[in-house]
Amino acid sequence: MIFLASYSPSEIWSILVMQGFAGLSLFSVLLLMALGLAIIFGQMGVVNLAHGEFMALGAYVVYLCSQVVQDHMPAMAPYYFVVAIVIAFFVAGFVGMFVEWSMIRFLYRRPLDTLLATWGLSLVMQQAFRSIFGAREVTPTLPEWLMGSFKPTPDIDIPINGVFVMALSLLLTASLALFMFKSRTGLRIRATVQNRQMSGAVGINTGLVDRLTFALGCGIAGVAGAAFTTIGSTGPDSGQRYIVDTFLVVVFGGTASMLGTIASAFGIAQGQSISEFFMEGTMGKVATLMAIVVILMLRPQGLFASKVRT
Amino acid sequence: MKKVYKHLFGGTEGAIGIALLALLLALVLPASLDIFRLNLVGKYVSYAFVAVGLVMLWGNAGVLSLGQGIFFGLGGYCMAMFLKLEASDPISTKIQSTPGIPDFMDWNQITHLPAFWMPFKSLPFTVFAVFFFPALLAYVLGTAMFKRRVGGVYFAVITQAVALIVSLGIDGNQGYTGGRNGITDLRTLLGWDIRTKSAQYILYYVAVALLIGCIVLGRTVLSTRMGRVLLAMRDREDRLRFSGYNVANFKIFVFALAAMMSAVGGALFVLQVGFISPSLVGIVPSIEMVIFAAVGGKLSLLGAVYGTLLVNTAKSLFSESFPQLWLFLMGGLFIAVVMLFPTGLAGIYGSARKFIVRLSTKWRGRSETMIPSATVVPTELVNMEGE
Repeated sequence: MIFLASYSPSEIWSILVMQGFAGLSLFSVLLLMALGLAIIFGQMGVVNLAHGEFMALGAYVVYLCSQVVQDHMPAMAPYYFVVAIVIAFFVAGFVGMFVEWSMIRFLYRRPLDTLLATWGLSLVMQQAFRSIFGAREVTPTLPEWLMGSFKPTPDIDIPINGVFVMALSLLLTASLALFMFKSRTGLRIRATVQNRQMSGAVGINTGLVDRLTFALGCGIAGVAGAAFTTIGSTGPDSGQRYIVDTFLVVVFGGTASMLGTIASAFGIAQGQSISEFFMEGTMGKVATLMAIVVILMLRPQGLFASKVRT
Repeated sequence: MKKVYKHLFGGTEGAIGIALLALLLALVLPASLDIFRLNLVGKYVSYAFVAVGLVMLWGNAGVLSLGQGIFFGLGGYCMAMFLKLEASDPISTKIQSTPGIPDFMDWNQITHLPAFWMPFKSLPFTVFAVFFFPALLAYVLGTAMFKRRVGGVYFAVITQAVALIVSLGIDGNQGYTGGRNGITDLRTLLGWDIRTKSAQYILYYVAVALLIGCIVLGRTVLSTRMGRVLLAMRDREDRLRFSGYNVANFKIFVFALAAMMSAVGGALFVLQVGFISPSLVGIVPSIEMVIFAAVGGKLSLLGAVYGTLLVNTAKSLFSESFPQLWLFLMGGLFIAVVMLFPTGLAGIYGSARKFIVRLSTKWRGRSETMIPSATVVPTELVNMEGE
């Protein structure tokens, strides 16, 4: 901590604020990534290794929208992004629904095989992205209002896209919680997770619920991918970079617990941004991942154990 | 004597299978391929060790590890460290600012050999390390997880995370591990040039012999009562636990065994191909090795070898001529194997064989004969990970 001595108190304050913001921003990124998986893996128990590719799909949808808007209706350029996110949700959701119908539904009783099949799916999707959009990373043209940064004081510099991602992840978490705990469909989803046979007996179409749940998770992944276009470019293998982090967030939080997912995303994000402040980039990440794995070995059920009987 | 024969090779049937594989690898392929292609086959043979280990671990014990690349890499790195130290003697590295240490250390301003490299100056220690460290890591990971009853997909996800950690860790410490490029430019083993044609032939045969040895070892383990316990563990772990077996210890044993097999493969890979890099350790190679075993049939030790050879041949053919198609094909292979052929090549062979036997018995007008149970792939396999 000696090197901090060379800064003035106000500068240290600014560093703390910006560092804290970096952690919060990483938190919202991780939370966005993990929300969809928390539903698919946490609730349904399906290991979807193609989850990252659904995020990339959402990102590519935004890219396509930005191209279309640029070519045909430049007047819409400032507003298209919001619409594009909604489109990304539906496109990823529909692809997810198709995948569930054609593949996943045959594999519910074989979790390890689902893992391999969805890995295969992720390879196919990656190559499809590469064939359609090319191997180079793409960036959509972002509306003006997402660029630049706040400057509350001369030293503090907070990027607007970070604030946007944060707001979106909070909004999404809140609406997901509302959906799961207050709506009829959410009730059906929770009922099916807790006791499939009983839910079927009281007249819930569990097959349909599974399809909707999977589609919802994929749709949320699409939104996450769409949001990530504001902070980075998208390539065919972007999805693969996210997948381990995403799974660790969900497993670390304790599956079947949304609160756990939020808490673990927060913990991992703060841990990683602090360790990256002191170490080189990759080693900071290695240290964080290692800490998570060690904690998981000591406490395999994750931070928040589920009370659901399986 | 007969009992030993049955245990080692699985009876006549099994012995024929092994003999055919040995014939293919030791005579047919060397006779029909030039040394460049044979060296490629040698590379695939070293992957086959991992696949054989996975048949033990995944097919028979029901534990899917997505981190076998770690052990392959550990074995490979142990071997590569020894070869690299031999290749960087003070005379051939005299242009460096510190002669006598590996070139990548010199590039990273390291002026003396790190302590953990020291023991790798000795070949006996290296050979010991190839077996010991992977087994130790498997023991530690296995104890931590199996004792707490972490299994199934959680185990798979965590081993995948460990594979990521290990590959990132190697990647990020260039001065000590060679970083992303890995350890390259390996030349001699105790003064014997491993890059010559004759050395490549010899190393290929060593790899084939050890692979056959691994298969026989696997057969032996599976034919004992231990093998029964492993199968029972895969199908109904809870019942086995209630019967008083310590399930975790069996899992740890088979995990460590598979790790050692993978490590031997890694060491042979380095000897034949002449380098190792973190790209062979991470998530992608680890999961690709699972598909080798799956294509061959996750229950069949021999099938795993054929699966490895087939997938890799397809890979090198396709990535030479249609690189865009390869990922589609590979992805499709994962999906098809899981959804359509859960028993892989061995399963197809098994049902074809059953069909022929039935035809021939019909033709001879005899009543149905029993097929030796060792070759029949159980039909319940489809539901084996049920619950």
